[in-house]
Amino acid sequence: MDTNIVIALFILIIPVFNFLFLGLLGSKMSEKTAGTIGTVGLGIVALLSYITAYNYFFGYGKVDGVYLPISEGFEWLRFTEHLHIDLGILLDPISIMMLVVVSTVSFMVHLYSIGYMHGEKGFQRYFSFLSLFSFAMLGLVVATNIFQMYIFWELVGVSSYLLIGFYYTKPSAVAASKKAFIVTRFADLGFLVGILLLSYFTKTFDFAQICDTSATGAILSNNVTTTFLGFSVISWAMALIFIGGAGKSAMLPLHIWLPDAMEGPTPVSALIHAATMVVAGVFLVARLFPVYYFFTPTVLQIIGYLGAATSLFAALVACTQTDIKRVLAFSTISQIAYMLVALGVSKYGAEHEAGLGYMASMFHLFTHAFFKSLLFLAAGAIIHAVHSNEMGDMGGLRKYLPITHITFLIACLSIAGIPPFSGFFSKDEILVAAFEHDKILFVCQYLVAGLTAFYMFRLYYSIFWGKETHYHHTPHEAGLNMTIPLLFLAFLTVVTGFIPFADLITTDGKPMEIHTVWEVAIPSVLVGLVGIAIATYMYKKPTLMPDKVSNSLGGFYKATAKKFYFDELYIFVTKKIIFNGISTPIAWFDRHVVDGFMDLQATISNGVSAKIKGLQSGHVQQYVWVFAVSVFIIAGLVIFLPL
Amino acid sequence: MNLLYLFVIIPLLLMGGVAMLRDAKQIKILMAVGASLLLATSFVLLYAYMQAKALAPNEVMYFQSDLLWYPSFNIKLSLGVDGISVLMIILSSIIVFTGVFATWGLKEQVKEFFLWFLMLSTGVYGFFISIDLFSMFLFYEVALIPMYLLIGLWGTGRKEYSAMKLTLMLMGGSAFLLLGILGIYFNSNAEGGPLTMNILEIAKVHIPVEAQNLFFPLTFLGFGVLGALFPFHTWSPDGHASAPTAVSMLHAGVLMKLGGYGCFRVAIYLMPEGADTYTTLFLVLTGISVVYGAFGAIVQKDLKYINAYSSVSHCGLVLFAILMLNRTAMTGAILQMLSHGLMTALFFALIGSIYGRTHTRLINEMGGLMKIMPFLAVCWVIAGLASLGLPGLSGFVSEMTIFVGAFQHADTFHRVLTIVACASIVITAVYILRVIGKILFGPVQDKHHENLTDAFWYEKIASVTLIVFIAFIGIIPFFSSDIINESLTSIIGKL
Repeated sequence: MDTNIVIALFILIIPVFNFLFLGLLGSKMSEKTAGTIGTVGLGIVALLSYITAYNYFFGYGKVDGVYLPISEGFEWLRFTEHLHIDLGILLDPISIMMLVVVSTVSFMVHLYSIGYMHGEKGFQRYFSFLSLFSFAMLGLVVATNIFQMYIFWELVGVSSYLLIGFYYTKPSAVAASKKAFIVTRFADLGFLVGILLLSYFTKTFDFAQICDTSATGAILSNNVTTTFLGFSVISWAMALIFIGGAGKSAMLPLHIWLPDAMEGPTPVSALIHAATMVVAGVFLVARLFPVYYFFTPTVLQIIGYLGAATSLFAALVACTQTDIKRVLAFSTISQIAYMLVALGVSKYGAEHEAGLGYMASMFHLFTHAFFKSLLFLAAGAIIHAVHSNEMGDMGGLRKYLPITHITFLIACLSIAGIPPFSGFFSKDEILVAAFEHDKILFVCQYLVAGLTAFYMFRLYYSIFWGKETHYHHTPHEAGLNMTIPLLFLAFLTVVTGFIPFADLITTDGKPMEIHTVWEVAIPSVLVGLVGIAIATYMYKKPTLMPDKVSNSLGGFYKATAKKFYFDELYIFVTKKIIFNGISTPIAWFDRHVVDGFMDLQATISNGVSAKIKGLQSGHVQQYVWVFAVSVFIIAGLVIFLPL
Repeated sequence: MNLLYLFVIIPLLLMGGVAMLRDAKQIKILMAVGASLLLATSFVLLYAYMQAKALAPNEVMYFQSDLLWYPSFNIKLSLGVDGISVLMIILSSIIVFTGVFATWGLKEQVKEFFLWFLMLSTGVYGFFISIDLFSMFLFYEVALIPMYLLIGLWGTGRKEYSAMKLTLMLMGGSAFLLLGILGIYFNSNAEGGPLTMNILEIAKVHIPVEAQNLFFPLTFLGFGVLGALFPFHTWSPDGHASAPTAVSMLHAGVLMKLGGYGCFRVAIYLMPEGADTYTTLFLVLTGISVVYGAFGAIVQKDLKYINAYSSVSHCGLVLFAILMLNRTAMTGAILQMLSHGLMTALFFALIGSIYGRTHTRLINEMGGLMKIMPFLAVCWVIAGLASLGLPGLSGFVSEMTIFVGAFQHADTFHRVLTIVACASIVITAVYILRVIGKILFGPVQDKHHENLTDAFWYEKIASVTLIVFIAFIGIIPFFSSDIINESLTSIIGKL
């Protein structure tokens, strides 16, 4: 086996070993041992990912100026002659980029959790689940085929379920974990049916073969003509597959689980619900990008528009939330949607910056992972210090938490798109791509950029400035193992913008030349500054401005604060339709009609036998009488019937 | 001596042993030894089968033996196994083994209980090793009768009603089945020659299509009742709810598989054209079972009812896959039988343990059990995850094999039905997570529950054994999948 594959294999083996080890023997270990084992394991994984990335991008990956994928695997389960699930490892630019993202954030979160989760009951269980998640997510990104991806897709889903519901005695956490699992399961149904449909035509699950447009091209284009409700079968398949992605990446209207998922421990939100699992949908579309682009452009366009709608919606809602984790959750939804917009407007190839959107999307995924996990970890430090999630309980914290304050500010500037922080570079590329290919989406995303700056600085000022709150205990900075991850991620937030992504990650593996488009870049910084300015005006000092604004908006404000009533819709569908509308009638029908019919037969048999048992009376006269009459009837039948 | 006889002889010897012993403790120890012996023998059989298969890969059945029984009707006690029956035997042994440990706490009439339990096991084993319609039917009935007594005497709740209902409905099914078998028997000499009950010999002749069209539905329905085919599944919720733990385990774990196994070994194998005629009708019925059972499970309040409806859904999938009449889907069907057998046995074992402590099975009266009995709770979560098809556990492997296989069907209608059946993965998640959320998580509901103990050693043996096998199928699926796949060659050849 190729040594590079072996290294990548260890990236997967270490976390799964840690999961089993801590899961089975954790209860016999001290907190310190369990935390160290988990963290050191992930540290090694991160190191191995960096080695893999370095070797790939600056070594064996590039053949004749093009980055080629390499893969290896074995057959795990054979279905038919052509269809079989393989388990393997695929190394190509996007999977390696994801390895770096996942292992880095996961390592930071492990380190941070040692402090954050200190003294919690189930500390060992927590680390075991974190390892399980890391394994599943790493397995997902290196999947060689779509079914392997589905397998790990389900595994990340379940580890997310276990971690959201970590505080299992808290009913809200239990409800949130259940909701997260069921909503994403519903989306995964789409994914599964999509896989079935697609593989029925392509006769393979393998990404390389599906995306190799010269090989599958003929099959796919033949079936483009078979239509169902106006769309080709392949379009349906790809749209269904995207539904799976939309569920995990919390796109409208399947986003409802993500804000509730904030019930989990904050480091978990940073890892799973900000940086890694939620971008799986983006990764999925990127992975199948050639198919989307060449065979189902309509679906790709729909993805772009859905992304735009979601990003606008989530940004609006984020402006009204008061729980700091929920603001960040809606911000995450909005930013992921941004990445999907970028994919939606992307073309293929390196000439004339055609594939700019694709590259920008991956770039934003990369930078976002670091600054958003930084925001969550900083939020965790704040919550740790003031014991509350509500903005109303905070204010003036800059004096007490200087490191958290600075790192949080860096992340806010980055997400607001202010140079030279990383968010500026990636967001700018997305806006350029949108500007060149779809003006409507461009305007929409431009607006979202402004809103983003506004709500992030609303959050920032409410926490660190604003009113001087009196605290029961003086808040103080957490220990080193919590501040080091903050500082490291802040460092990444500053530097990752300078990585030459266009040389490394492109649609076709060839380096792309990009130019700065000043007429997009300057206004995008300006709109960010305007958003910040408004937030400064409204929230830096405690004023009545926010109330006035919200009152003047009236119904619209209320709808936004209620998240446009999507949660009510979810409750309506689950409680009213599924529970009361379908299941209860079915259960009733089963008891009273189907089973009633069976009981009825028993009752009839009982009744009939009760009636006819009178015939066995023991009276000889009656027997003789019945006998005689019967003889006459039978004789009559024999004589008169023409037999 | 033929290895297969052991599977009838060991239970019979055990019955003798149990009958002679007086002390409950000794009986239990004897049962544990005997069940371990059966389990070991099953693995020896698997090994011997793989050896024999390597030597003569093209045989249909291995270790065949004939014992003339009724010369005048040419009825023989014919035994033989292929890979599928070997796996079924292993499944039965696992369930018998874990069933003994799960009922370790039994106090009343221990001897009688285990006598009937062994008779039930004898029937099950006999059914899986027979390749003769007559002996299959005989063992089938042997397995059914003890059910009535086991539920009626050791059960809970409305036990007399449930026992009566279960027995009568299954007997009704076997009435159909008997007609079907006789129909096959009297058409088994298309080219002249003696009538025969031997499946392999019947498979060589071609039963006239009219006869197939007449007898296929009878046979399929007959076995289908046992496989909880809609609308003949209603014995299952009541029966399971009232049955004692080990009986529920054996019944849902193995006995319901007799239905699926019979459908495929007798109905489809011998009458493929009849199957072809009726697939649409039965596919719709099984499709209904799959979705309807899952929806039915969502609103139940009693743990056993939830599991019973869940079994209707999962076993519906078995029959659904068999009717797809292709190799992949059938492989999936057999895998699903194994998988469902293991996980439903685990569920019933856990329900038994929880009920033994809390004295309630109503989910509203429990809560926060994770804190009180973590071992049982974790096992429950694993069983639940297997049931909702988490990769790495058995349910995923079997369901995906079924869905992919069924979706390869050339006919659009079949593919649409497959998509409908796929929807069950979401509904399953809903009811599994609902139960987990209610009874395991959240605050402790009942103060009296706070001092309950966690699993005893014998409960741990039962749960861990089942989990190991569930994970084995889930992580190394190709092992069982290959065995099944190879054994399907002769049946696929007939289609």
